[in-house]
Amino acid sequence: MNVMEILSYGFIQRALLAGTLIAVLCSVLGVFLVLRRLSLIGDGLAHVTFGGTAIALSLKLYSASSLLVSLPVVLLSSLGILKLTEKARVGGDSAIGIVSALGISAGIILASMGGGYNVDLLSYLFGNILSITTQEVGIAFVLFCVVLLLLSLFFNDLFAIAFDEELARVSGIRTSTINAVLVLLTALSVVLAMKLVGIMLISSLLILPAVSALQLARSFKACVALAALQGGCSVVAGIFLSFAANLPTSAMIVLLNLFFFSLAFLVRRYFSHRSKSTGTL
Amino acid sequence: MPDGIVRTERLCCSYRTGRVLEDITISVEAGDYVGIVGPNGSGKSTLVRALMGLADISDGSASLFGVPCSRFSAWGRIGYLPQSLHLLNPLFPATVAETVGLGLLSLKRFPRRLTHADRGKVDAVLEQLDIYAIRSQLIGELSGGQQQRVLLARALVNNPELLILDEPTAALDPEMRERFYALIGEINSSRRVTVLLVTHDTGAIGKFASKMLYLDKRMLFYGNFEEFCRSADMSALFGEHTQHVMCHRH
Repeated sequence: MNVMEILSYGFIQRALLAGTLIAVLCSVLGVFLVLRRLSLIGDGLAHVTFGGTAIALSLKLYSASSLLVSLPVVLLSSLGILKLTEKARVGGDSAIGIVSALGISAGIILASMGGGYNVDLLSYLFGNILSITTQEVGIAFVLFCVVLLLLSLFFNDLFAIAFDEELARVSGIRTSTINAVLVLLTALSVVLAMKLVGIMLISSLLILPAVSALQLARSFKACVALAALQGGCSVVAGIFLSFAANLPTSAMIVLLNLFFFSLAFLVRRYFSHRSKSTGTL
Repeated sequence: MPDGIVRTERLCCSYRTGRVLEDITISVEAGDYVGIVGPNGSGKSTLVRALMGLADISDGSASLFGVPCSRFSAWGRIGYLPQSLHLLNPLFPATVAETVGLGLLSLKRFPRRLTHADRGKVDAVLEQLDIYAIRSQLIGELSGGQQQRVLLARALVNNPELLILDEPTAALDPEMRERFYALIGEINSSRRVTVLLVTHDTGAIGKFASKMLYLDKRMLFYGNFEEFCRSADMSALFGEHTQHVMCHRH
């Protein structure tokens, strides 16, 4: 089967479009999260999404309708993580752990009350981008535009806070508002990414493109662009490869991201060795 | 009483462990170069953090440009170089020019976009501090001295009226330290920028500062360097010989 044939399938077109948008968003946000050492927030919020999805499924809300429940639950939980770190003198990692445990335990209880894990819930655990509906693509597109607009409006504020939060504060930046914006955007992206790579693998889509870009980038803007490029490429290549080899798409996307990270690491090592040896000559 | 650039009145700061600053009353006028000195844990950094609204004031008052610090918002008038930046993440992917450009955000309103003219300001300050050649390098790849210059450029790029530097020379060797103090002295005199500089280095800063503030949780001395050299309190603190050595270098 050639590329054009694969592209002729509607479900592949939808997967490529939605997948690329979601991956670009996660990768860009990942740069800010990794630099702020908040990279595991995606994992925590994904667990909350599991709880939110379990609630939605127990209310007989499926596919796009499940977002009506999971989106507000995850948005509120992301603010809960912030409040815990600001008010309860709990470290960021512990706050993520608390909210994450709450989300996953609520999900397990609701799933067992609803008669065990059904196919829908498992598809959220491991992702199933090929089953994405036109309605879900539409939602992904709208949310992509919203998140990208907010990111571009707050780009320099986010950059300044990633560099040094106190310094940003005394530059007149409302750091608590911008932190809230960052976790809310992350929450939106996590809910979208749930369908792409699943709850178990979401953090890899936030972390791997960002850390790969950090290996190679020669400026902050280049770092954001490289992360977005890797995220998008890994989804496109992952969908084609998984379709050709009949393997799970989500795992293929994550493995490709790992491959890109290894490549970036080796390239950086090679050039840093080369510049050292040139310097000693 | 006219509004000074910085004014504190019986200022006290406390942490959970107890009071770290007590009864500090100072007035800093335009063009002053104040060296804030004292032993470890004497409250030097707490004082500048309180002025910047980063540490709570438990008693007394403090103002910047006549505005109480708690309500101060004209951050574009201040250039600040905090102590914690010595722990700069070496993997942070910002170039020198991008880092310095962040200093202009205090002059911007939402959405804080940098213009072509802003890039010109960044280039000008990089040239002034003799680091234009490294403008495209990543800040994490620079030596301690170069990083310090970049962070100073970041603090200066908005053309501040007040420069607050919290132990800016901690990572530098003695020769670089002297050059740094001299550079600040030049900025102070040529641009008439008021300077508050926190340091351990009582002797070296005396060469350049117009005023000295000696803290040890309380204010032990505040005045000009000549008074510092004649102060009986400082003789009692340092011993006459040490005081003589510090002042002789001046």
